[in-house]
Amino acid sequence: MSATLIPFASFGGAIEFIFSEQTSNVTGGQKVGGLEQAIELTLKQLEVTALALALALIVALPIGLYLGHKGRGEVVLVGLANAGRALPELAMIALVAALIGIGLLPVTLALAVLGIPPIISNAYVGVRQVDRATVDAARGMGMSELEIIRKVELPLSISTVMGGIRSATIAIVATATIAPLAGVETLGDFIINASIYGDDGRLAGAILVALLALAIEGLLALLQRRLTSDGLKVKTA
Amino acid sequence: MSSVTLLAAAGEVGGDFFKERTSDTLPCQAQTGHPFCWDWATENIDRFRSPTVEHLELVVISVVIGFAVAFALAVLAHRRNWLRTPLLAATGILYTIPSIAFFFLLLPVTGIGKDTAIVALAVYTLQIIYRNMMLGLDNVPSSTKEAARGMGYTDRQILWKVELPLAVPEIVAGLRVAIVSTIAIATLAVFIGGGGLGTQIYGGGNLTFPTSVFIALAIVLLMAMVFHVGLLLAQRFLTPWQKARSI
Repeated sequence: MSATLIPFASFGGAIEFIFSEQTSNVTGGQKVGGLEQAIELTLKQLEVTALALALALIVALPIGLYLGHKGRGEVVLVGLANAGRALPELAMIALVAALIGIGLLPVTLALAVLGIPPIISNAYVGVRQVDRATVDAARGMGMSELEIIRKVELPLSISTVMGGIRSATIAIVATATIAPLAGVETLGDFIINASIYGDDGRLAGAILVALLALAIEGLLALLQRRLTSDGLKVKTA
Repeated sequence: MSSVTLLAAAGEVGGDFFKERTSDTLPCQAQTGHPFCWDWATENIDRFRSPTVEHLELVVISVVIGFAVAFALAVLAHRRNWLRTPLLAATGILYTIPSIAFFFLLLPVTGIGKDTAIVALAVYTLQIIYRNMMLGLDNVPSSTKEAARGMGYTDRQILWKVELPLAVPEIVAGLRVAIVSTIAIATLAVFIGGGGLGTQIYGGGNLTFPTSVFIALAIVLLMAMVFHVGLLLAQRFLTPWQKARSI
């Protein structure tokens, strides 16, 4: 076997695995792979990612925006952000599976926990960076505190806030890949259970996970453009 | 019939067999779902030593490589402005690909083992370090650069003696984030046979043995904290003027 040719050969096998069902060489006769299973696992990964992201947003965004508005709790938030980065996702999934249980709900909780720190800290930093004079002007115009957050601080800090949401999403979708360890069959199943799917299946899983993450990131980048007010776009151009 | 009498009856029938199955006599690590076995932990702490060393190796080597590459890219982009956005986009794309997928995309090229893990982890740090370096270089006031030019500094001297030293806080901040994230993500190296503390979480039945997972988690968090604090101190040491300014 020539070392230079192996990579291309394996990628070909992986692509074939994605598009056509084949007989698993280990389990004997069982059909694995194919577009149907690939789509099914992709949808599962999307589902658990969306649920976890929604949960993280509901918890983290109001807290981050509110604390940023009030300018309180910086020390706690910085610590939280650092601790969040240091949390190994593999240990989280393992502990959730062993102590809470397997299935969609425990995995969603674990993934949401990973998503909360970047959303909170970016929302805080973003709102803090908004010029206080602007906020005072809004207050002078008779806006309520809630209106100031929603109509002034959030639009002006959207790039930082979205940055946090994008980091959270990347972390969540990446960790959803190892969710099969806790009983949720995402695309990671192709990777983790290589004994069933074979080397082609494992590489196919890696390709699909990478494409999925890039697609989600691309969509969020587009969303960020849409959410950025036109006035701010002119300024940065 | 109460459960006590049931137990007694079973005890008579099953004898020693039944007795061994009760939770009093089984060692803690043989009971499923037990959160933490202190006895096991104190007796087996040694088995975490070499995975910890391996983990450190993975992290240090990959961050050093990542830093060197990101540093070079940032200096390049600083000199040739048109490279700035493409490089940011390229490192961003690499950063977005989940590490576990990256491991197996590299597998056909670099094979099972540490090399693949190191390449993937190093690539992961590029975006963080590159972005922070560019931020640091951009934050240098242009008046400072002009003053240096007025004193007869060449572009190269300005970069090395003025801009980079002034960018140290941002650069070290990037390095800190990169190291702490890499320490966490390096646990996934176990999937590609890269060793490290992930071996004490996944594989060999560890996944369903929370004691081992907790110890590995504690070591990871401790390692992250040591590097975090160490780099904060290093930053102080490298930027003595910051301290002077704050007084």
